[in-house]
Amino acid sequence: MLNKKHWVLLASAGAITLTGAANAATLEDTVERGAVQCGVSDGLPGFSAPDGDGNWQGLDVDVCRAVAAAVLGDADAVNYISLNAVERFTALQSGEVDVLSRNTTWTTTRDTTLGLNFAGVNFYDGIGFMVSRDLGISGADELDGAAICIQTGTTTELNVADYFRANDMEFDPIVFDTSEQTVGGFQAGRCDVLTSDTSQLAALRIQLDDPNGAVILPDIISKEPLGPVVRQGDDTWFNIVKWSLFAMLNAEEYGVTSENVDEMTSSENPDIARLLGQDGNYGEGMGLEADWAYNIISQVGNYAESFDRNVGMGSPLEIERGANALWNQGGFQYAPPIR
Amino acid sequence: MSVRPNARPAGHKPPFWRDRAKRALVFQLLLTAAVAVFLFYIVGNVQDNLSARGITTGFGFLNNTAGFGIVQSLIDYSSQDTYGRTFLVGLLNTLLVGGLGVIAATLIGFIVGIARLSPNWLLARLATAYIETFRNIPLLLQIFFWYFAVLRTLPSARDSMAFGEVIFLNVRGLYLPEPLFESGFGLIPAAFIVAIVASIALCVWNKRRQEATGKRIPAGWISLALIMGLPLLITVATGVPITWDVPELRGFNFRGGFTVIPEFLALWMALSIYTAAFIAEIVRSGIQAISHGQTEAAQALSLPRNLVLRLVVIPQALRVIIPPLTSQYLNLIKNSSLATAIGYPDLVSVFAGTTLNQTGQAIEVIAMTMAVYLTISLLVSMFMNWFNARVALVER
Repeated sequence: MLNKKHWVLLASAGAITLTGAANAATLEDTVERGAVQCGVSDGLPGFSAPDGDGNWQGLDVDVCRAVAAAVLGDADAVNYISLNAVERFTALQSGEVDVLSRNTTWTTTRDTTLGLNFAGVNFYDGIGFMVSRDLGISGADELDGAAICIQTGTTTELNVADYFRANDMEFDPIVFDTSEQTVGGFQAGRCDVLTSDTSQLAALRIQLDDPNGAVILPDIISKEPLGPVVRQGDDTWFNIVKWSLFAMLNAEEYGVTSENVDEMTSSENPDIARLLGQDGNYGEGMGLEADWAYNIISQVGNYAESFDRNVGMGSPLEIERGANALWNQGGFQYAPPIR
Repeated sequence: MSVRPNARPAGHKPPFWRDRAKRALVFQLLLTAAVAVFLFYIVGNVQDNLSARGITTGFGFLNNTAGFGIVQSLIDYSSQDTYGRTFLVGLLNTLLVGGLGVIAATLIGFIVGIARLSPNWLLARLATAYIETFRNIPLLLQIFFWYFAVLRTLPSARDSMAFGEVIFLNVRGLYLPEPLFESGFGLIPAAFIVAIVASIALCVWNKRRQEATGKRIPAGWISLALIMGLPLLITVATGVPITWDVPELRGFNFRGGFTVIPEFLALWMALSIYTAAFIAEIVRSGIQAISHGQTEAAQALSLPRNLVLRLVVIPQALRVIIPPLTSQYLNLIKNSSLATAIGYPDLVSVFAGTTLNQTGQAIEVIAMTMAVYLTISLLVSMFMNWFNARVALVER
């Protein structure tokens, strides 16, 4: 029997088998189509999940929206394709999506052997553990012998195995297809521990029947830089996605928000003038209009707005900026200058 | 004026295009060549496309370290083993659930199929209800039912259901005591084998004697006593060289003993019960295909109903039953790939799931997985064809 996953894989294999060489003109195709093909998760609140009206919302969704605003001038011109962890790279390789913005960890294997390029980091994360409060556990070193629910096809599967081996502990991996099933397994007591990136744990915790019955342990056992991914071999498109993200970060740094962007167009600050296309045309090299960054900021907002709205204090997840603060505020987020 | 080919003088061969056999051969060769060219084009095109897109190809990844854990493995496996070994682990898990599924489905199927034809009204109706229910609900739903509705509602590890303080059942699975064999244990399987050989010899002797003299002894019961008794006798005589490793609640979970994970239980039950409903119908149709005259003739010899079934009806019905039974077995094995929906670590879940995603080698992994199912299916079919030829009615 074939389920959806196999159809995607088969269709992709078919596409690779029968079609000609990779089409490098993603920008032209996108303009012609009038929408960005964007791969998102199968429902992860804060990062990519449909809201009550069926509109996709989240930090990862905002990357898709930023690309659409830069390329087409309309942040809503996005076709969202929901992908699970196993489908995501094949869907991107075969051209079913043009941007994969799906809390994907940047690793050597993925960057160098899959024919993909990571276009930056929109969230610095690390793997953590969530356990039931009743167990009275306070640290990851007390987890020897635990059954652990993990989502398949993630770097989490590898990092958890490494961590337990390095600390000479044992565990039973209970591996599920979707994050929904993983949470179900944790709630039913199939496993003692739910593990994932800490940001996801925060999102999954609020989906539990009793969020207060679960605690997230303080230990972070790995580096998980999450970011948007594009196909290798189309540098123009790679640049567009990369600089859409940088534009949001630079806007935060210069204090340009969706609220004040119209006033800022007359700013004397040369950095802001270049960002908003008032001084030179920095979109030209990417095949875009001069107002590409203006469109991103006015329609999607800067990085801080996106962060607060989706995962930060303005959202149910209430994640601190921490490592995701700008470089000049104690975090790692650093965008090259526009000039 | 036309000349009919066979009107030609003997010894004068017609040109090859007028010879049907040769013409057919040419067409076959052309077709084979076309398929070969097509395949050659596809393989070349795939390689070109993959390298143009910067995607690594080849089977070298099978020797790389996998780095992830698998919850159930029939062979030694740790996260330091290779991707090649994850393939084996997944394959064995598929074969385990497929093999045990085939056995259970056959047993349930035969019992229900025969029960459906029983003169006992209640039994027959119950069998009908079973078949109509399980045959008409999609398999995936049945797997979800067993996994989420039945096994997920079991108590947690700390309030497990205990059976005699040695067997425990909870939401983590079924915990059984595991026998640990001490020295001197080798005699017991040896006694078992001796008993089986002796039983076969006894049955053959009994049959010859019956054919020669008409007298028979109850060889079936004697064999059963021999097969059960002899190993038991040896066990006692050698001072019971088995200790049991009884599961114990330590820390998070039960340790020791032997664990049957709930994913396996759910998949196995769902596959067996679903396929058994089809097998029951095949058995029923096979039995009903035997003309009623045969049954009546056997009854006229005052054979009891169980002997009528065993000696007259079932041997003939098997001819009708086995070919469709084969396709049910194949279905069961292929359906076991639904394991991925509940996280049972079968070939599709482990290899075409995790390994595929960690390596990104979609084409190689999917090709290997398809080749495995094809091979298993062809082997099962070959065996069943052989078995069918054995039981086929020999017409004299």
